[in-house]
Amino acid sequence: MELFIPLMVGAMVAAAVYLMLARNVLRFLFGLILISNAANLVIFASGGLTPEAPPLVALGETLPPEGVANALPQALVLTAIVIGFGLFAFALVLVYRGYQNLGTLYSDEMRLAEPEEHK
Amino acid sequence: MTPVVLLPLPIILPFFTAVLAFLFRRGAEGKWISVIGSALTLVAGIFLLADVLTNGPQAAQMGNWPAPFGITLVADTLSAIMVVITGITALAVSIYAVSDVTRNMEELGYHALFQVLIAGVVGAFLTGDLFNLYVWFEVMLISSFGLLVLGGKRVQLDAGIKYVTLNLISTILFLSGIGLLYGTTGTLNLADLHYAVQDADPGLITVIATMFMVGFGVKAAVFPLFFWLPASYHTPSFAVSAVFAGLLTKVGVYALMRMFTLVFTQDVGFTHTLLLWVAVLTMVTGVLGAAAQTDFRRILSFHIVSQIGYMVLGLALLTPLAVMGAVFYLVHHIVVKANLFLVAGVANRIAGGTEIEHIGGLYKGAPFLAFLFLIPAFSLAGFPPLSGFWAKYVLVKASLDLELWLVAFAALAVGLMTIYSMTKIWGRAFWKPHPNGTVPTLASLPSGERMALLLPIIGLAIITIIVGLFPEPFVQVATLAANELLDPTPYLTAVLGERP
Repeated sequence: MELFIPLMVGAMVAAAVYLMLARNVLRFLFGLILISNAANLVIFASGGLTPEAPPLVALGETLPPEGVANALPQALVLTAIVIGFGLFAFALVLVYRGYQNLGTLYSDEMRLAEPEEHK
Repeated sequence: MTPVVLLPLPIILPFFTAVLAFLFRRGAEGKWISVIGSALTLVAGIFLLADVLTNGPQAAQMGNWPAPFGITLVADTLSAIMVVITGITALAVSIYAVSDVTRNMEELGYHALFQVLIAGVVGAFLTGDLFNLYVWFEVMLISSFGLLVLGGKRVQLDAGIKYVTLNLISTILFLSGIGLLYGTTGTLNLADLHYAVQDADPGLITVIATMFMVGFGVKAAVFPLFFWLPASYHTPSFAVSAVFAGLLTKVGVYALMRMFTLVFTQDVGFTHTLLLWVAVLTMVTGVLGAAAQTDFRRILSFHIVSQIGYMVLGLALLTPLAVMGAVFYLVHHIVVKANLFLVAGVANRIAGGTEIEHIGGLYKGAPFLAFLFLIPAFSLAGFPPLSGFWAKYVLVKASLDLELWLVAFAALAVGLMTIYSMTKIWGRAFWKPHPNGTVPTLASLPSGERMALLLPIIGLAIITIIVGLFPEPFVQVATLAANELLDPTPYLTAVLGERP
């Protein structure tokens, strides 16, 4: 499990970077979704992954038994997923509005804010 | 007031104001609610600073979970200064917004977004927990997205896409960094991390430190990660670009300063040398970019980049004098930069644009505005006796002390280049007659609006002059902040209690 996750993260980051290098902003956004999920997996894996036991503390004890996964990163991932979802919803709508108003999805045709030099 | 009340107060107040302002967004009350809320935040910040200055760094454990398990809010001198300066900027901009923000934007919730932005900024300054810092960054980011595109002009959408996408990448780097750091050390509390990284593999920590450097570097707009800034800051309404220019990048600088003094000090030879060259290149590229622009706000945007370089320089040198200079610079820059954008807004209102080739005659028609422009402009370039002079003087002296001649030369030369692009604005927008023959005057504004526009500019200019004429108390506080950054024992004790 722990070996599999880093490989998967690597593959996702590679695919995401490939997508993000595209001139098409929509492809860029898809890349962003992939890479942010890769980041979530990094956090997820940082607590340790094990099928051994649930992270429950027995009655009368103060510590869970040895070998359980740390549950905190899983809570962090939930937060990160929710925040990420909100940001992507916004970014997607923004790109859609941009497409409607600017008439293009290609980043190098978006030169309104940074007009090219007049010679 | 106890820390458990005092620390969350400047975060809660803007949130509360945001809710009220949103409820009253259709009426005329919204803007006044925003002004009062900002004033209360400022007052809370002043109380906090007074408390920190008398009793040393304060910490409050949220929900009574003891550190390092719960979320801790911490205010050391630097955090408290930043909260106060955020309050000042928020107050100035919300007064300015009374006149600058259109009815349409108000109904779309401008004031609520603005206050949430302030809450995010203050939260980022006060938190003592790394993941919580990420959350505050997101609060700040999503409201800044909203503010940037509010109004929905085509140029704003164009700028918004670049701003949003590049900032999201930095967020993801920051988040991955948090994951890796937690995996390596098992804690997210900044004070606890200070100890935890000392036991970890230094090579691994340096790799993670570099991820944080890039993540925060995008937020702070350092070379070569600053491209989103001059692409976007000149497009939203003037109140928005003033608060962005004053506060947002500075949160990135603050995060860099916090992480690279409290946590990542295990390999100063690598990380801080890298920061040093980044700082020099940021100063130089920013000012060269400004020299090539002809839009009032785009020139100022490139200046932000260039000035960020000075602050990072202070951090990179990591001597008491240099860090003090960085803190001083941070405060000075927020006041001056926000003010310059506000002046640009007035110039736009009375002269009808920000493209300096297409406007003019401001000196003839509005000499008072010209005077108000000169104060922050000269301060930014580092003229005595204004605040920028002392900020630059300290940083140049710190680099000379370390015999970094090239760095000191770059810092001085960039000051000279700043003057060059400021004279460009001065010559074209103020001295040259208006191309269409009119003479723009302040009297053309209705008197109420004129008050709302000029009052914050005058206030910020007075702060600039006071800091310049009487730098001693400000230098003392900045020295205190720098000492706490370089020797974080009081910070650590406040958060974790006494350690054997």
